[in-house]
Amino acid sequence: MEYAITCTGLSKRYGSLAALTDLSLAIPAGTIYGLLGPNGAGKTTLTHILTGLIHASGGAARVAGLDVASSGVALRRRIGVLEQQPLFYGWMRGREALAFTGELFGLRGAPLRARVAEMLAVSGLTAAANRRISGYSGGMRQRLGLALALINRPEVLFLDEPISSLDPEGRYDLLQTISQLRGATTVFMSTHILADVERVCDHVAILDHGKLLIAATVAELRDRYAQPIFLLEPEGGQDQAVGYLIDQIRAEAWCTRVTLEGGVIRVLARDMVPDHSVTRASERILPLVVAAGVHLQRFERSRPDLEDIFLQIVGRGTAADPQPKLAQAAQEGTK
Amino acid sequence: MTGFAVMVRKEWREALANNRLLVVLIVFTLFGLISPVLAKETPQLVKSLGGVPGIQLPPPQLSDVVTQFIKNVASNGIFVAILITMGLVAREKERGTAAFVLVKPVTRLAFLAAKILTQSVVLAAGIALAALVAYWYTIPLFNASLAGGFWAAALVIWLYLLVMTSWTFLGSALLTSQIGAAGFGLAAFIGMSLLSILPNANRYLPGGLLDIARLLALAQTPQHLALTIGVNCAWIAIPLIMAFLVFGRQELVARQ
Ligand SMILES: Nc1ncnc2c1ncn2[C@@H]1O[C@H](COP(=O)(O)OP(=O)(O)OP(=O)(O)O)[C@@H](O)[C@H]1O
Ligand SMILES: [Mg+2]
Repeated sequence: MEYAITCTGLSKRYGSLAALTDLSLAIPAGTIYGLLGPNGAGKTTLTHILTGLIHASGGAARVAGLDVASSGVALRRRIGVLEQQPLFYGWMRGREALAFTGELFGLRGAPLRARVAEMLAVSGLTAAANRRISGYSGGMRQRLGLALALINRPEVLFLDEPISSLDPEGRYDLLQTISQLRGATTVFMSTHILADVERVCDHVAILDHGKLLIAATVAELRDRYAQPIFLLEPEGGQDQAVGYLIDQIRAEAWCTRVTLEGGVIRVLARDMVPDHSVTRASERILPLVVAAGVHLQRFERSRPDLEDIFLQIVGRGTAADPQPKLAQAAQEGTK
Repeated sequence: MTGFAVMVRKEWREALANNRLLVVLIVFTLFGLISPVLAKETPQLVKSLGGVPGIQLPPPQLSDVVTQFIKNVASNGIFVAILITMGLVAREKERGTAAFVLVKPVTRLAFLAAKILTQSVVLAAGIALAALVAYWYTIPLFNASLAGGFWAAALVIWLYLLVMTSWTFLGSALLTSQIGAAGFGLAAFIGMSLLSILPNANRYLPGGLLDIARLLALAQTPQHLALTIGVNCAWIAIPLIMAFLVFGRQELVARQ
């Protein structure tokens, strides 16, 4: 298999802080690769190393077949980068910024003008093309940033949290654009928004405290963490019985997490392989419902979404506390 | 030097967009204009204020124009040069635009060289305008023209401003703060001024350029011309080379 990005034993230290530790990754060409991780995990640091803005403290990385530390301009011709907070020359106009960037990639004359017009159209900025960037909104800047990152038809595109300041339509357009790049361009995208990863990415890596926790295809991840989820939707007006039921389920050994969201009880069972606890769970859960006298309008066994998996991997889902503290505090506040 | 030409065009448009060129042209025009005026009017002014008892002020001469010109364009010009140079690199690091450009096919050398080239041209334009205005305005005021050496003097003053520009530029490449860069340039200026107190040191320092400029403008032949110009070219080159070396290895990530 051909790899667009490989890292071997990459590390980055800031004084005593290890922003990245011994990171090894291989990203197949043409894939849309999602880099997940909580705040401070090292996502931006990794992106900066791979784009040559900062130097690794140890290890090596190759992007588009070139060594990152020694390739300079040759590498930068072949990549596109959208920073987490895209920053441009505010005095430039949108069209001017695209033309300037195109020129840096060697475009001139008619091909440059055509490419600029195309990118303006794609990013929905044609109407704002002659306005100064300093007057653009956050979402407009992000769309301009993507257009600037794509102007050279990069082999590898780095997107550092590209979705954060977009409205729903902009977000949809962005994901659409990213999907269309599949196969032709390798997209390396860091994000917090798991639903978006689920929609466009075929591979994911999860980073926490500078360490790689897991790297797999989305499908593998789902299989590996195919910890089942039971969804129970009680009929209305049984608050007391439902509360009792939740307490009963929570007390079961096989149960990792119970939440009540929007009138639906979500029950996570522990990993099934070693102790067949899923079988236990499916055996036990309905008798508990009956014993609590709760009437259900829906009972379903479903697969976890990426968010459940993510929380489980970064070790937030297996905490003794079955509900996230913040949510609990909020609930207590409303009582 | 990949990307150099594109970066020069960008620097030039930036100098126009943020009015840097305009401000420099206006300020240096004023410097040029007031030089002959002050030379002509100072004795008059002193007399009208009651004069200095017992001293007969000599009538104004062309050499007074030269003195005024050097004072205004070189000595005051230094502060203009520092002010317009301090943010040249530091602001781009601070605002993250350096990171934006430097993930594109541009070498860091081209990035810096485009800046210093544009800045040199901006200053040259300012000094040329100042010299033109001073030369032209001297004629009606003194019924005489400055010597042809005045133009050579203007060129030497340009070199003088480039020394301070280069040191400020090094500060700007070294630090992330514009104020820090200005302080760096100012410190270099003060340091060099202090050194010039040493006997015979002036010919190895930017101050020596001003002695040369004065003599050239008065159609005299300065001693140590080649030496002083050569040494000052080194004073320009050294901080620039240092700036390239430092900036080439820097991590260019804006941290808010
Ligand atoms: N220049 C720096 N100096 C010191 N520490 C730094 C520097 N850059 C990053 N760090 C630290 O390295 C760690 C990783 O930061 P990084 O920005 O890569 O995280 P991230 O995963 O992108 O987070 P976020 O989701 O908030 O963007 C953090 O602890 C951060 O404080
Ligand atoms: Mg980040």
